[in-house]
Amino acid sequence: MSDVKNILLVGVGGQGTILASKILSEGLIEAGYDVKMSEIHGMSQRGGDVSTQIRYGEKVYSPIVGEGAADLIVAFEKMEALRWISHLKKDGKMLINDFEIPTVPIQLGVEKYPEGILDSLKAVADTVVIEAGEIAKQVGNTRTMNIVLLGALAKAMNLGNLDWKSLIQRNVKKGFEDINLKAFEAGFACL
Amino acid sequence: MKKILTGNEAVARGAYEGGLLFASAYPGTPSTEILENMANYRQDVYCEWAPNEKVALEAAIGASIAGARSMACMKHVGVNVAADPLFTFAYTGVTGGCVLVSADDPGMHSSQNEQDNRNYASAARVLMLEPADSQESKDFVKLGLELSEKFDTPVLLRTTTRVCHSKGLVELEDRVTKELIPYEHKIRKYVATPGNGKVLRVQLEKRLEEMTAFSNSTDINCEELAGDEIGVISSGVSFVYAKEVFGETASYLKLGMTFPMPMEKIKEFAKKVKKLYVVEEMDPYIESHLKMAGIPCIGKECIPAYGELNPDIVRKAFFGTAAESVSVPLKATIRPPVLCAGCPHRGLFYVLSKKQKKLMITGDIGCYTLGSAPPLSAMHTCFCMGGSISAGHGAAKVLNRAGSDLRVVSVIGDSTFFHTGINSLMDVAYNKGNNITIVADNRITAMTGHQENPGTGFTLMGEPAVEADIPAICRAIGIKTENITVVNPLKLDEMEAAVDAALARTEPSVIITKWPCILKKFSDQDRKDFDLKPRKCVVDAEECKKCKMCMKTGCPAITFDGTSQISADSCTGCGVCRQVCKFGAIKEVER
Repeated sequence: MSDVKNILLVGVGGQGTILASKILSEGLIEAGYDVKMSEIHGMSQRGGDVSTQIRYGEKVYSPIVGEGAADLIVAFEKMEALRWISHLKKDGKMLINDFEIPTVPIQLGVEKYPEGILDSLKAVADTVVIEAGEIAKQVGNTRTMNIVLLGALAKAMNLGNLDWKSLIQRNVKKGFEDINLKAFEAGFACL
Repeated sequence: MKKILTGNEAVARGAYEGGLLFASAYPGTPSTEILENMANYRQDVYCEWAPNEKVALEAAIGASIAGARSMACMKHVGVNVAADPLFTFAYTGVTGGCVLVSADDPGMHSSQNEQDNRNYASAARVLMLEPADSQESKDFVKLGLELSEKFDTPVLLRTTTRVCHSKGLVELEDRVTKELIPYEHKIRKYVATPGNGKVLRVQLEKRLEEMTAFSNSTDINCEELAGDEIGVISSGVSFVYAKEVFGETASYLKLGMTFPMPMEKIKEFAKKVKKLYVVEEMDPYIESHLKMAGIPCIGKECIPAYGELNPDIVRKAFFGTAAESVSVPLKATIRPPVLCAGCPHRGLFYVLSKKQKKLMITGDIGCYTLGSAPPLSAMHTCFCMGGSISAGHGAAKVLNRAGSDLRVVSVIGDSTFFHTGINSLMDVAYNKGNNITIVADNRITAMTGHQENPGTGFTLMGEPAVEADIPAICRAIGIKTENITVVNPLKLDEMEAAVDAALARTEPSVIITKWPCILKKFSDQDRKDFDLKPRKCVVDAEECKKCKMCMKTGCPAITFDGTSQISADSCTGCGVCRQVCKFGAIKEVER
């Protein structure tokens, strides 16, 4: 089962991780892979942490990406990268959106947002920091941040040959196809 | 054709393909999306949201007796509510095939407990199937409908969060058309008097023998042999974890049907291997069957009997090894879910939080349970659906009799009130209680992702429906008109005045806080009834006195960096922080 690739998309409820992983998994299926995907929703809709796990290869059994197993982790939020680092393979890659969402205990001053996340992750893993928020703003809509990150993911996993144009057109909200395509391309190019 | 489906989508698809004619459910994570997807097949399958799980199962039983293939779906704790009809339904059996889906939540991602509902199958003596992935979810529902008719039994399809919410490829097939089986009166089968029940009980034993023989012969309980060193017995999603960990180094007995257990097959398999492991999540359900039959095996002495399982845990349990991974000294802090920016419950809980030293606030299941979290911390109990009002009643009775000054407030959502809250309120009215009931009516079943309910004006299939009238229900069960108040919880003065007035009464009172969930897709009626114009609040940095009062509302849109700041992206202009600010530093502006 060494041919199975593992990707984790982690973030905070409302950031669009689920849509990004839906588009990705559809693309992988069209490319002929067996795909398993797992996500936890429920209370995470109310601002909790969310994670989507995608595994693809010739034959995949478990939908769960275990510790030390992820080839790629895409963190939509900085502290979520920290939360999931133990799932990264020794030679795995980390894409981190340079974006902070404080928790309520942090807002209340009961806890502190950890300092130096990027440096400490860079010290132990192949880490690429992406200003997805800025890129999305330049593209023209900050809400396309998730698609910017999807573009970077496609580049990082050598999945540029998937039919992204059609995948994005089919899956994003009507009227927002072009801007999301632009966001994808900008994300793809930023790596 | 193959399509990627979640386990829940696959259950809906399987029920459709299997000729289902009727489906009912009460929403609950991780089961909710089954019926939401079932509604996509509404031209062929009638489907509805029931007010609670007992009603859902009873409706499915009625549909079965009337000759239709039927299904009821619920989360694990919902089966507790539906257990009453289930146990007798096991005696009467079915006419049209009937499947009860129990979606368990190991690890409690979104639940108050993690009970293992496989125990229901053996307690009620109903046939049980356990799918391991999306393909099996589809296949097993279809098979379940057939087996239900073949053995004249309800079938429990037991899934778990990871099966429900994981996606895998599923081969789609055509629908089998099943006409209604012509109805006949069958009094001795379907009237469970003690006299008939005694006969049915004996027949059930006969049926169990037939089902056991099937369990021993069916190929959904199948061996995968690879050497005689290690044998693994497993079911459901635990099987794919075992497969991931042991790979080709072990032989497997994969169980798709786990009640009745295929004990003959298990004995045969046990003979073929030197070491036998049982890999299962939560209770030692399979393991107990083996141990009772005197078959040595290793299970729960290695694998925890609680929490969600995963391949890492299985690997550590049996090999004592962990995968090599990356670690850093920094730690992420917990990210608890919170009431959304703009949530109408915030106004309610802010007012309660100010008075909470004099209150015991009993709570219920829904988004508003998040009112228990800091900084509001304005909910002090939560057990089960509908329990807030009745637990509050019991508490108020003993506190009053002991002469305590503590008053009891019970907070319940609209959907939860319809679920089982009405009975509890009847208890308060009938037995002269004096706890204050607050129905947090946000016009939708919100926590599970916005399902219609008897109060929203629409059905699952999108048809307009009558709206259950909460004040009228309260009046009908004996709450006096003058003790019922409907308020906008986002107007803090109005909210507080209603609570104060209720606290001044000795009679039971009800406050209905009526404002739609900010995430709801508003209906035309919502737009007519409520002022939902988009707006936002901003902080005037000059005026901000840095007192952080606004942060005591627990709104995720507010941060503090020198002065209070409000995220323009997430603020909806609900105005709670603006009313809390004593210095007028927060202003409402047009969006």
